[in-house]
Amino acid sequence: MPLDKEKIKHVAKLARISVDEAKVDSLTKDLNSIFKFIEQLNELNTEKVEPLTSILNESLRFRKDQISDGKIREKILKNSPKKNEEFFVVPKVVE
Amino acid sequence: MSEITNKSLKEIVENIKSKEISSLDLTQAYIKNIEGAKKLNAFVTTTFDQALENAKKFDSKPNYEQTLPGIPLAVKDLFCTENTKTTAGSNILNNFIPSYESTVTKNLWDNGAFLLGKLNCDEFAMGSSNETSFFGNVINPVGDKLVPGGSSGGSSSALAADLTPATIGTDTGGSIRQPASFTGTVGLKPTYGLCSRWGIVAFASSLDQAGPMTKTVTDCAIMLEAMSGFDEKDSTSINKKKESYSKNLKDNVKGLKIGIPKEYRVENMPKDIDELWEKGKKILKDLGAQLIDISLPHTKYALPTYYIVAPAEASSNLARYDGVRYGYRSKKDKDLIEMYEQTRSEGFGDEVKRRILIGTYVLSSGYYDAYYLKAQKVRKLIKKDFDDNFTKVDAILTPSTPSSAFKIGEKTNDPVSMYLNDIFTVPVNLAGLPALSLPAGLDKKGYPLGLQLIGNTLDEQKILNVGYAFEKNCGFKNQIKKWWS
Repeated sequence: MPLDKEKIKHVAKLARISVDEAKVDSLTKDLNSIFKFIEQLNELNTEKVEPLTSILNESLRFRKDQISDGKIREKILKNSPKKNEEFFVVPKVVE
Repeated sequence: MSEITNKSLKEIVENIKSKEISSLDLTQAYIKNIEGAKKLNAFVTTTFDQALENAKKFDSKPNYEQTLPGIPLAVKDLFCTENTKTTAGSNILNNFIPSYESTVTKNLWDNGAFLLGKLNCDEFAMGSSNETSFFGNVINPVGDKLVPGGSSGGSSSALAADLTPATIGTDTGGSIRQPASFTGTVGLKPTYGLCSRWGIVAFASSLDQAGPMTKTVTDCAIMLEAMSGFDEKDSTSINKKKESYSKNLKDNVKGLKIGIPKEYRVENMPKDIDELWEKGKKILKDLGAQLIDISLPHTKYALPTYYIVAPAEASSNLARYDGVRYGYRSKKDKDLIEMYEQTRSEGFGDEVKRRILIGTYVLSSGYYDAYYLKAQKVRKLIKKDFDDNFTKVDAILTPSTPSSAFKIGEKTNDPVSMYLNDIFTVPVNLAGLPALSLPAGLDKKGYPLGLQLIGNTLDEQKILNVGYAFEKNCGFKNQIKKWWS
């Protein structure tokens, strides 16, 4: 199924990536060639195949629901591009 | 090139232990090489001061019992290193300084090694030529205009140019084995779960696996021993006893059954690759291994499957880069949504954006069954191909790549032709198996070529043993001339 420009803009919106209008054409071309390649999978009948959900044969471990660290606010805020003493700062969302 | 840096990791460790060289002299020798190799662009960050300090610390109180006593190591810039910038080759992380250490690097440091610097790689490990890095191309020491492979291209280049005695990379679809093949070095992708993923910048979590890149098979065993092990912090880490891969290395392959899959003889495969494969078969046969023709019928579907599964997981993993908690943030931020969209648009490069869009699309409502679910079903068939054959054979021998190193810029305009580079390496990631790329010969142009040994789950020792025997009898010699300084 070919992807048109509108579809690509919609997917970009979902992915929260703004796409430069000038680049939409080349992106459409690239993505369509990739999807043409991907769609080889349609040759295979997989009706009776169970999907793979884990590569290891064991199920995931459980751990105790315990606090193992904390009081590291400074470390967590350290790399934030915009912050005050206690919080991450984002553009205003509520008037 | 100073003497010591030519040597294998094993020899260097022996030299340290016998006090022929101090950790400080060793570190200084590598620093000198690195400073003379800026043209290769293998490093994103160097940590020389810290390394020299660590070397002095080791020399004043040496512990020779460790696996990597006083050994400086550069690592791929995908491993988080405490208080040292970690970029994943991306603009979006170009100011990120982790406050924690990845488990794999911590294991190396606990074994006596210390950090020499962080190595360039494709952005978020998405690429096969190291051309998608925000920090520019890396050059292959084999030749001026050649790519070093990818995504662990800084690692392969630095290793082949004697800028680090050994290194580590990550392999999601071939990112250790393909660059190893392009530079005439040894690269191992371990069984999924053998090395902890904790603290490694995530690309595709069900495929990502860290592994060693080294000059010899013995070095590979030493590094694997040091870096692997159970980790509570990785939910898919395998809980098993640690093995002494280097101590148990044996070069006896007599009676082992080596599978030769017919599907790996692809259309238009260069004659050089075919001849290399024949040479590999002959070496193992002469050593007493038994060659068995096998079939892995779903091989041709591995790449299309990968290009659904990996972007899907990537789109989800990379959702965390939002300009709020860490990393780059756009100045265009009149509202929250604009800030997100601009940050991600300015912060990610073209290949990463392409893959996020593919992943978002295949997971989006109405398309999930047709793409993602379909791919997970085919992935099951690919895994079953291997499972069926590992009841009959001990290991599988294939070429590592369909070509030798190509020129910078040669494949950047055609994503699918770039993806085809990973045709022999991707099936292993989908099945979670270990695989070793070994330097095996040179093509007509004099560029290195590799052969791949695929093992069953947790059969690292077995493929290392086969590789060890192969290495002794192959007579491969890298012919790198130091043209870059």
